[in-house]
Amino acid sequence: MASPLIRCFSKVGRQVSRPWSVCQHGLRNRSTQPDVSAEQAAALGVSYPPLQTYSEEEGMMRDAVNKFAHERLAPFVSKMDENSHMDAEVIKSLFEQGLMGIEIDPEYGGTGSTFFSSILVIEELAKVDASVAVLCDIQNTLINTLFTKLGTAAQKERYLSRLSTDMVGSFCLSEAESGSDAFSLKTRADKHGDYYVINGSKMWISNAEQAGVFLVMANVDPSAGHRGITCFIVDRDTEGLQIGKKENKLGLRASSTCPLNLDNIKVPEKNILGQIGHGYKYAIGMLNEGRIGIAAQMLGLAQGCFDQAVPYTRQRVQFGKRIFDFQAMQHQIAHVATQIEAARLLTYNAARLKEAGRPFIKEACMAKYFTSEVATLTTSKCIEWMGGVGFTKDYPVEKYYRDCKIGTIYEGTTNIQLSTMAKFIDKEYDH
Amino acid sequence: MSRVLVGVKRVIDYAVKIRVKPDHSGVVTDGVKHSMNPFCEIAVEEAVKLKEKKFIKEVVAVSCGPTQVTETIRTALAMGCDRGIHVEVSGKDYEAMGPLQISKIFAALAKKEEASLVILGKQAIDDDCNQTGQMTAALLDWPQGTFASEVTIDGEKVKVVREIDGGLETIKISMPAVLTADLRLNTPRYATLPNIMKAKKKKIATMKPADLGVDMVSRVEVLRVDEPPTRLAGVKVETVDDLVAKLKANGTI
Repeated sequence: MASPLIRCFSKVGRQVSRPWSVCQHGLRNRSTQPDVSAEQAAALGVSYPPLQTYSEEEGMMRDAVNKFAHERLAPFVSKMDENSHMDAEVIKSLFEQGLMGIEIDPEYGGTGSTFFSSILVIEELAKVDASVAVLCDIQNTLINTLFTKLGTAAQKERYLSRLSTDMVGSFCLSEAESGSDAFSLKTRADKHGDYYVINGSKMWISNAEQAGVFLVMANVDPSAGHRGITCFIVDRDTEGLQIGKKENKLGLRASSTCPLNLDNIKVPEKNILGQIGHGYKYAIGMLNEGRIGIAAQMLGLAQGCFDQAVPYTRQRVQFGKRIFDFQAMQHQIAHVATQIEAARLLTYNAARLKEAGRPFIKEACMAKYFTSEVATLTTSKCIEWMGGVGFTKDYPVEKYYRDCKIGTIYEGTTNIQLSTMAKFIDKEYDH
Repeated sequence: MSRVLVGVKRVIDYAVKIRVKPDHSGVVTDGVKHSMNPFCEIAVEEAVKLKEKKFIKEVVAVSCGPTQVTETIRTALAMGCDRGIHVEVSGKDYEAMGPLQISKIFAALAKKEEASLVILGKQAIDDDCNQTGQMTAALLDWPQGTFASEVTIDGEKVKVVREIDGGLETIKISMPAVLTADLRLNTPRYATLPNIMKAKKKKIATMKPADLGVDMVSRVEVLRVDEPPTRLAGVKVETVDDLVAKLKANGTI
């Protein structure tokens, strides 16, 4: 693929093709690496920039969130994990910083930035806490995108300004009997004049404790199979909506994951998002993008864990030298660093492809699959490198180890990603 | 009561390990992370706060140096400043640039922009000079409130609580005046993402020291830069008598 990366600013719609140049690459640890912005590098006039090239705006956002995450969020992390509860202060500060409406138009109180900026934000947050990152990811890549792409003027008016300033959203697709087999969902929506009555239950709903609005996928016509699935906007205070007790999870504990009971809830027709029976398309479409967000989360998680462990290996002395200086350790550390770098490139490239309006689904699957595997490898190795202390809760690495496991499971299991990739590969050899 | 000038300096980030150049002419700056001087952040925060409280109408962020300093100005804009001025200084002039040249530039700008206040950080973390604010005030013949830990505008006067060795000193000075920010003046805000986006649209004007009638010739020549001597290990003693004996032995007492 020799064509230059063309960046499409989705908001402004102009096509900008900038010659970029060599920039500083390598481990972005502790943000002591300097930045070369796309604008600065343009002066040197090379046409095909490395993936780790950011616009001035992206660089500033990344640095701002990095600082915010390390200074404002870090103190809350272990308590939130222990109590399995996201502090309200944390959520409030995410809104205040503009992190919950990154791509939303400033007209609705959002930041008005790009998809790639969201990816960088999620990565930086995940370096400190994967639970906070997932809250931000779901809001930005699933909820906000659905409203922006499919909402009527009235719906956007009503919800987008709340979503960017103080309201969290939840995406409700999975059920007890339908996870990977999402389209076999059983929640029904029966039409009664100008409203629908929804009955059913959902499971594994993230952000449920905090959400003010729920996007519920229900089937209006089970005889049509998945072509009956429709997306409904359900406000939290709707009568009959019961949010169950949150799950007691291995990792991502601060992120609330609850079952939902929908008991004869009445939803007006005007609360349908998009078209009737097109819900399955929307779900697939959004999850393709959400995949890149999860990849960013796992990437940040792996990097954050690595950043905690390597300094320890440089300080810890055994047999008269730093454990970092033993060849076996160096080889393991270098191997993991390579995996993280590869994961980063997959993720950034998938994000840039999407922004460029080019096909990106296979690459998004690859990014999500690979980064979740890398996160598992990295966190496991980091605990080993830190020895006994890595195994205690006094040090942060064990939390990263617990948090990473969900990466291979949610928003499309590894097996689903691989099967999807295989379908694309099959088609590639069609002629 | 209209305009405040805030000076922001681009310095090596506080978290970076400083290395001295092999030729001992200075420290390594190439490829090293830079950011806004922490005391300048506090100065910007104070200026933006004054604007939010409606004491002033406009905050102008100023920085002197090569193209890279525009990043620092953008950060100031993202924190809430209205516009920026980039005074272009590069090459040998930039390396030799010190408080005297900066204060001349600021004095000229303060007059040109008809500023009521000039707010600076008390010192920069790279040279620790703690001179620019004081020199600027002297050149302008304006009152100065340095090491400010609290600033209150009271009509045409400013009440400044200063951190001094003996404690706190409160003074009242007339405007226009120069203030320098100390650590406890405020806690700088984070640039929120929407503000970063807004900052892209704010203007940064460019000018040269010559445009302000300032000559950049330095009266100071850096002869040599060395790292501090490596700290030697100490010696532990068991009793006070041992301590006294050791101190006597090496001639300290």
